[in-house]
Amino acid sequence: MSRKRSMIIGTAALAGTAVLSLSLSACGKADMTKQSSPFAAAKGSKSVTLSTQTWVGAQSNVAVAKYLLEKKLGYHVDTVQVDEIPAWDALSQGRVDAILEDWGHPEQEQRYVKDKKTITAGGGNGVTGHIGWYVPKYWADKHPEVKSWKNLNKFADQLKTSESGNKGQLMDGSPSYVTNDKALVKNLKLNYEVVFAGSEAAQITQIQQFAKEKKPFLTYWYEPQWLFNQVPMVEVKLPKYTDACAEKGTKDPESIDCAYPTTPLQKFFNTEFAKKGGSASAFLKNFKWTKDDQNEVSESIASGGLSADEAAKRWVEKHPEVWKKWLPKK
Amino acid sequence: MSFFGTPPISQRYLDTVKPAPVQQLLRRPGLGKLLLLAVAAAVIVPLLHAKFGAAWPSSLTIDVSGPLGKTSDWIIDNRDSHPLFVYFLGHLSNAVVISVRGVYLLLLALGWTGVTAGVTLIAWRVAGVRIAATALISFLVSGLLGMWVPTMQTFALMVVAVAVSVVVGALLGLAAGLSDRLFKILRPVLDTMQVLPAFAYLLPVVLVFGIGVPAALLATVIYAAPPMARLTALGLRGADPGVLEAVSSLGATGRQRLLTARLPLARKELLLGVNQTIMMALGMVVIASMIGAAGLGDRVYQALASVDVGAALAAAIPIVLLAIVMDRTTAAAGERLGADTAATGPKWLRGWQAWTGIAVVTAALALAGRLSGSLVWPGAWAVDVARPVNDFKEWMVDHLYSGIPVIGGTADWAAHFTDWVLNPLRDGLTALPWYGTLLIVAALAWLIGTWRTALTAVLAMAAIGVLGVWKPSMNTLSQVIAALAVTLVVGFGIGILAAGSKRFEAILRPVLDVMQTMPQFVYLIPVVALFAVGRAPAAAAAVVYALPAVIRITTQGLRQVDPAAMESARSLGATRWQMLRQVQLPLARPSLLLAVNQGVVMVLAVVIIGGLVGGGALGYDVVTGLATGDLALGLVAGVAIVCLGLMLDRVTQPTERRTAGKGA
Repeated sequence: MSRKRSMIIGTAALAGTAVLSLSLSACGKADMTKQSSPFAAAKGSKSVTLSTQTWVGAQSNVAVAKYLLEKKLGYHVDTVQVDEIPAWDALSQGRVDAILEDWGHPEQEQRYVKDKKTITAGGGNGVTGHIGWYVPKYWADKHPEVKSWKNLNKFADQLKTSESGNKGQLMDGSPSYVTNDKALVKNLKLNYEVVFAGSEAAQITQIQQFAKEKKPFLTYWYEPQWLFNQVPMVEVKLPKYTDACAEKGTKDPESIDCAYPTTPLQKFFNTEFAKKGGSASAFLKNFKWTKDDQNEVSESIASGGLSADEAAKRWVEKHPEVWKKWLPKK
Repeated sequence: MSFFGTPPISQRYLDTVKPAPVQQLLRRPGLGKLLLLAVAAAVIVPLLHAKFGAAWPSSLTIDVSGPLGKTSDWIIDNRDSHPLFVYFLGHLSNAVVISVRGVYLLLLALGWTGVTAGVTLIAWRVAGVRIAATALISFLVSGLLGMWVPTMQTFALMVVAVAVSVVVGALLGLAAGLSDRLFKILRPVLDTMQVLPAFAYLLPVVLVFGIGVPAALLATVIYAAPPMARLTALGLRGADPGVLEAVSSLGATGRQRLLTARLPLARKELLLGVNQTIMMALGMVVIASMIGAAGLGDRVYQALASVDVGAALAAAIPIVLLAIVMDRTTAAAGERLGADTAATGPKWLRGWQAWTGIAVVTAALALAGRLSGSLVWPGAWAVDVARPVNDFKEWMVDHLYSGIPVIGGTADWAAHFTDWVLNPLRDGLTALPWYGTLLIVAALAWLIGTWRTALTAVLAMAAIGVLGVWKPSMNTLSQVIAALAVTLVVGFGIGILAAGSKRFEAILRPVLDVMQTMPQFVYLIPVVALFAVGRAPAAAAAVVYALPAVIRITTQGLRQVDPAAMESARSLGATRWQMLRQVQLPLARPSLLLAVNQGVVMVLAVVIIGGLVGGGALGYDVVTGLATGDLALGLVAGVAIVCLGLMLDRVTQPTERRTAGKGA
């Protein structure tokens, strides 16, 4: 009997706590734009929340920024891993203070930066990104003509898999990535089937597997990326990128028939954080490095087996001349 | 018991039935239904074909992307100002943050010594020494793996999520248990909550609450509350009418009757509900991390980004351990409820003394930990499992992927499976005219159930067409059928072996535990590494996930076969094979059907993971919807998965539902 009663009491107590905490906060308006993680700043310190994206390059930015913010500026840093578009949403709401690497989201920029003004552009992070089609170097060395899209149809047979049927396989990655590959295959009349790996983890695993067996493959991929150091790849030339083609593409994505642009990667801040973020926001505004710097950190995370913190520490110790410039002047 | 050992007789019997006249055929209900259906089809199909053609007619689809897009825009524009958000949802969100933070700070204040001691002692009190030892080891292992802080974050989130789910579920269950009308209304709602893939509602939840713990908690509650509601309703409805009669004859009011008789009588179901809710909530840990739940799930998710199986496993092991500890503790507490335990054990282990003792010891150890200056796990006591695990994975892949003489490597098998099973199935299902598919579904569902079953199944399929996702749904259906077939063949096989040997079952049990609780994200990389990107690794992931349930239910079903029937069979000199085929399997039929049903549900649950490894179709659409903030794409694909689930349920679950009507 006593156990049953204690169970009922326990449940009642829990329900009571929930109701109590609800009513405690229920005096007046609740600000949906000012909410942080319950795990943030448990030590009662100044805190910053950064968004990490799934690819390792973005994790490297965050790792180094986090390390310096914690060690040099005395902040507590939380990281949240979310997909790109939800991350914009979180930035607008103040759940996240900064995105350190954005690959271009014109629709979101229009909505949040220009219309609602809840997000402020933070300038480039110094790295230029590029999306393209890549083949492994060991294969391209044997067949140099594969490096142009015009010859791809000749190689379709070699790239067949059971997923692509009787066409060649062009592997795409995560659904969150910007891709025109289906339109490109159609408009360039290529005898290829776009197979979506579904996630970057799956795509990388498959590339590593192909490379181990020295098999040919054709994949959507991007720079900067640590995997290049492990599996050397060369780009396949697509029809030249032009502004006219891009404009046509924004009107009708189905009509795109040229290569991807090169994108200087951008930082974005929550507007309030940009204004009142103190030394943290000043530091993040100054944050700017190169592709080589980023790749150095990325590789020690992804294939060196280091934790992001350790990789950041190692880089910070080696390159004081780069990050000293980021620290806000006192 | 003369139906075995004498095949000639049954053969002769069959021979006499074969040339039976038409009337006799019609007397068999199945054939009658089929004939009726065939006649109806002969009339309707040509008309349909002439009007619409073989592909799902575009005039019969509705495009929901417009309204759904507008809804999502409205939410984003009004989220910071509309009263609904400012005065209600905002407070809800704040309450969640405050509660989770409260529990988290308490756990941190107790330190690793206090938490470990507290959990171990509570497990000892409610579940016994063996489970207490499991709890102790589990928490120490979490610390050793360097996962103490994320484990505490997940633990805090779980405590609040389970509490809310239990309260919400119990209230719903109470309503359904007391009112027949509410019971009828709630059933389809609960069905949908359970079958709708969690990914599909991550996005709407994020739109409303934004990224973070409140959204993650809400998504977890939606997923974890239904079993509590179902079991509460089941418990209340199943109460012995004799007892209730007696209580009312004593002049008890409705409320008194509920509190003194119905609820106490249902306590076993209630506790089972809590147990199920905990397991479901833990199943959401990794998925919820996709919308910022932090904790262990986030570690798994981040490790995957750098393709580090070892690190993912290091974060997944504490999840598995938490699940095992919480499952065993609540299950044991449930079993003890049934038995009269008040008289067992030494006195100081019972009643309030025990609870005080637990509190005192926990406080003392917490204080000791605090004084020794290590609130979180001491960093030096950590074991690095990531490297050996990765080495093992590499070794496995190097040796199994391809080039094994004669049998080929896993990549070759995967390619054969795709070429010989998945491709023909997919091409067949996509090529089949839509009315043909509906007709087959109708026939299967009608043969196995009533015309209502058939109607539900057909309507579910039609809904898929109306939503405009017929083709990807047929692709997904082909993958589900293939994975289900493999799961059932392997699962029944292993289940039969386990039913025959206690020792084999004992060895199998921990393996199944791990398979069932291991977050599916962890085997995302290994399946790709072994089976190459595509639909084959998706099927492999589904089989791994669904197999334990099928094996368990099969084993249990075969074990429960009436021993008297077995004994008489044995005395008649039946061989083991004959006994299995002619006594055990037919008698265990209900269990086997339940296994099929569970297999369907679980294979469908992995369709999304399949999307992450190249399964494409609906799974990929749901993931894309979440990643690109496309409410329409993700939600429609999610609803299509529910419809497939509904249809498969109706064509695999015969009569039971109608006759037994077992609960919700």
